[in-house]
Amino acid sequence: MSILVNKDTRLLVQGITGKAGSFHARQCLDYGTNIVAGVTPGRGGERFEQQVPVFDTVSRAVGETGANASVIFVPPAFAGDSILEAIDAGIDLVVCITEGIPVKDMAEVKVKLEQSQTRLIGPNCPGIITPGECKIGIMPGYIHKPGKVGVISRSGTLTYEAVWQLTERGYGQSTCIGIGGDPISGTSHTDAIKLFNEDPDTEALILIGEIGGTAEEEAAAYIKDHVEKPVAAFIAGTTAPPGRRMGHAGAIVSGGTGTAEAKIQAMNEAGIEVAETPSHMAEALLRIYKG
Amino acid sequence: MNIHEYQAKELFALYGIPAPAGRHAKKEEDFAGALEQLPEGVIVVKSQIHAGGRGKGTFTDGFEGGVKLAKSREEAAEYGRKMLGNTLVTHQTGAEGRKVQTVYFSEGSEIEKEYYLAIVMDRATSCPVIIASTEGGVEIEKVAEATPEKIIRAVIDPTLGLRPYQARNIAFGLGFRDEQVKRTLKLLDGLYTLFWEKDASLVEVNPLITTPAGDVLALDAKVGFDDNALFRHPDIAAYRDLNEEDPKETEASEASLNYIALDGNIACMVNGAGLAMATMDIIKHYGGSPANFLDVGGGANAEQVTQAFTIILKDENVKGILVNIFGGIMKCDVIATGVLEAAKAVHLDRPLVVRLEGTNVEEGRKLLDQSDLKIVSADTLADAAKKIVDLVSGK
Repeated sequence: MSILVNKDTRLLVQGITGKAGSFHARQCLDYGTNIVAGVTPGRGGERFEQQVPVFDTVSRAVGETGANASVIFVPPAFAGDSILEAIDAGIDLVVCITEGIPVKDMAEVKVKLEQSQTRLIGPNCPGIITPGECKIGIMPGYIHKPGKVGVISRSGTLTYEAVWQLTERGYGQSTCIGIGGDPISGTSHTDAIKLFNEDPDTEALILIGEIGGTAEEEAAAYIKDHVEKPVAAFIAGTTAPPGRRMGHAGAIVSGGTGTAEAKIQAMNEAGIEVAETPSHMAEALLRIYKG
Repeated sequence: MNIHEYQAKELFALYGIPAPAGRHAKKEEDFAGALEQLPEGVIVVKSQIHAGGRGKGTFTDGFEGGVKLAKSREEAAEYGRKMLGNTLVTHQTGAEGRKVQTVYFSEGSEIEKEYYLAIVMDRATSCPVIIASTEGGVEIEKVAEATPEKIIRAVIDPTLGLRPYQARNIAFGLGFRDEQVKRTLKLLDGLYTLFWEKDASLVEVNPLITTPAGDVLALDAKVGFDDNALFRHPDIAAYRDLNEEDPKETEASEASLNYIALDGNIACMVNGAGLAMATMDIIKHYGGSPANFLDVGGGANAEQVTQAFTIILKDENVKGILVNIFGGIMKCDVIATGVLEAAKAVHLDRPLVVRLEGTNVEEGRKLLDQSDLKIVSADTLADAAKKIVDLVSGK
């Protein structure tokens, strides 16, 4: 079992003929993801890899193929518009990979998102994968293994690190979700935790956070009150200097809030097993979860 | 991206936000011309650097105060000469301070009362938020902690913009009356329009002042912008001041690398921002000290790896390098080739530990092992961090 995506997911790729979009769409197809349509304005009528029909607009693609999820590989200047287009077409799940979208565009998107039934993952994220069933995003498929541990992270490569540590020790994953490193995003740590908590086949969780904002503290408070499943965590950025943006637009410590110390303290208080280094994420979980 | 106060004041003028008249000068011979354009009387002389706490700062030659009140044009020019080219140290610059390359002369204002006003993009609400307080001229964080009831907040719906009732809540909330209210509403409208149209991340006026004549003026101005939106604001991008940035960071950004200089001695090169931060953390965990944050991104090629090496080796404090790559889409053998080429190209003379994981990892490790360069290969992130810390500390 899994959350949000599985073998029945019918995926649409926005920006399928672009450099990143075509490369990753091919990787997703190879993994077995059911890609039913692509969208590139002006390229309607073509076929991607001789099999996936390309449409000019998302609404037409959804009308003709019944796509229920979309992944966005559109350049940052146009990605906000692409998310709005997907929301307007009534797609259930939108995964936005694009990095570098202006915050103002996301603030506008967020208003529309909250008035809709659509769930957005990202932007600036690696995507979501249910191992063995459906890969939506840029993560390397082969490091994953079907199983019962849910993984939630703001960061891409740090997620791969956690997944690989689990897989190497023989523990598979139910679903791995990268919620993205931007200050304004569609799905928070807490949203993802709720979904995993309700999924009967997810037995344990690894939560990866980083400096900036208070999302990790909120997640810890939710776990303390509602989650019985074993949870391990790692917070990146203990050594980051205050006031500097560390790669992710959201990763900035200002005015004493958003520090790694505050987040780690909140995690400890919630009974979460905090990994001492990024090399010990799986080990931390296995101290409290035997599988 | 941050800009100088004099640049922020130019934008304020453009958006009809009232502020005291001011002129800037980058050369001593321009002082007289700048000062002539200001009315006779008290003049405030302000050092232009991207850091707060200027007034309480001290120059490295002992001269005190990065902001000075002068009673005449002659005195203003005298202060200007002491500041220009001098290095100002404030609580935000670090001990090395920042060289003053521009001086801003501003008309002195009679202050009746000081207030605080700012617009920020708020993560918690995903909306712009206006923050105002009757406690001006002090750090807002301290006000928020000691007297939170003195802070007025207005959350702006990004699709509706600032509504008149919200501006009235702020103006009346600050205790303004009559003409002051009208002037504040106009000022708020200008500030919000500037914030929104130019993709600002912060517009801060501290202090906002009232004068005995009934004016409401922005005495100071601090404006920051969303780097991701600069592509659609060439006028704002032109305000960038490279003197305020670390030259290594500038070079890195031109090579599409994400680099931030730190003060340790172990350089690191990593793919992905989260993993890069975590790599710094684990170096520290095992007793070392990171010299930088460097994210080469998901699709870095051999050329970028070489550029990354060149940049990190420019830092003379660097005693060793840790390369940590989780090759997902990037293949490990390609990365290994890049690392080897780069190490040769820059005549690497310091210890290098490489940790590769992911696609084609065996081929990648083999290439490193076969090379005649002294490269230490590591299996896990912990192993890699321990090895480089030991090498650098001479164990």
